[in-house]
Amino acid sequence: MTFYNLLSLLQGAAITVALSLIGIVIGVPLGLGLGLALVRWAKVPVLSRAIAAYVSVLRATPMVTLALLIFFALPNVGIPIDPIPAAILTLTLNTAAFNCEIWRAALNDFPKAQIEAAAASGMSPSLAFRRIVFPQLWRTSLPALVNEVTLLIKASPAIAVLGVVDITRAAVRIGAQTYEPVPPFLVATVLYFIVVFVLVRIQRTIEPALVRKYGVA
Amino acid sequence: MTHEFAIVWAHRDRLFAGLANTVGLVVLSSAIALLLGAVLASALMSQSRAVQRPTQWLVDGMRCVPFLLLAYIVYYGLPELGIRFDNWTAGLCALAIYNAAYIGEILRGGWASLPSGYIDAAHATGFHGATLYRRIILPPVILAVGPVLGNQMIQIIKDSAFLMIIAVPELTHAASSIQSTYYVPFAAFIAAVALYWALCRVVELSVAWLERRAQPRR
Repeated sequence: MTFYNLLSLLQGAAITVALSLIGIVIGVPLGLGLGLALVRWAKVPVLSRAIAAYVSVLRATPMVTLALLIFFALPNVGIPIDPIPAAILTLTLNTAAFNCEIWRAALNDFPKAQIEAAAASGMSPSLAFRRIVFPQLWRTSLPALVNEVTLLIKASPAIAVLGVVDITRAAVRIGAQTYEPVPPFLVATVLYFIVVFVLVRIQRTIEPALVRKYGVA
Repeated sequence: MTHEFAIVWAHRDRLFAGLANTVGLVVLSSAIALLLGAVLASALMSQSRAVQRPTQWLVDGMRCVPFLLLAYIVYYGLPELGIRFDNWTAGLCALAIYNAAYIGEILRGGWASLPSGYIDAAHATGFHGATLYRRIILPPVILAVGPVLGNQMIQIIKDSAFLMIIAVPELTHAASSIQSTYYVPFAAFIAAVALYWALCRVVELSVAWLERRAQPRR
């Protein structure tokens, strides 16, 4: 393990964090949309069934299997895809399904009386969603969302099989060059630990602050 | 497309062999992780800080680390310590150790929410030590956290797919090898996804069935 090796691991860490963030930034609104659709259109037969099936299958699919499916099968049906977009697509599709579940649960638990009160005061459904539902919804969902981000980062080494040089791939490379795989893997483990630990810390600081500002979450 | 699926169907024995390995790994590692987790939970609830603190660090640390990294460390690290395993056993060890930390924390949560009078009553009746834990504490705790343990088992199923990277012949590895021999990526991996989904459904339905069976015992 040289200084140069450490640098390449840190570069891998930047890739892991960046790709996971992109996945989250696309996956959170996508999941919210799917969750909303599932709750609002619970009686629309085909669409709600399709979303429910998507969530059920994606939540049961290991990240490695999904990554391999996307990376090898898309070119096979005529859509060429590079490792990085394939990685982002994998992370996004996965987290969108988990996000859908989080938002759906929060929407189902949302007090009906508030929505009825908003309607009675003449708010349109979309205005009620923006002003009444969403501001409370994201606060109740926040712990579950942060938890989902940590799960996503812990499953992200799957994208290393596509050849994306994330933390894991960087460690594999160093191990192959030096014939000493254990030290780079230990450093890589520490890097993942730091990323996840920082996220958990941020959540533990934000949560009491939110409770102080808005009252009980 | 149907042609692709026909190829995968013709080699279904390879896929089922992979599935059998995945099921074997998941069942065995869940059982070992539950045993180790029960030990960890009792250490997490220990009155002695010298036991409780380091266990808490160990469990929290493990829960911050990706499974694949632990699998790599077990796979490459243990031989350096002079312990030699085949890939399958190394994978099993990694799954069991990793999930023991999660299960330990789940059991601790269930234990902490037991009413205190319940354990006092057991003390008064003369239960103590391991017997108290095994006969009085664990049964209601496992009943209470049953669905969470089911979710963890689904997590173990999904983690086991990472073991293809250290060449354990499990389900994703089987799909991958069929796809690389015949170049049928879509059919091979869709078949694997369907089997994973079926496996997770079996776990979900079994947990729901056990929940219903356990209802009268509450």
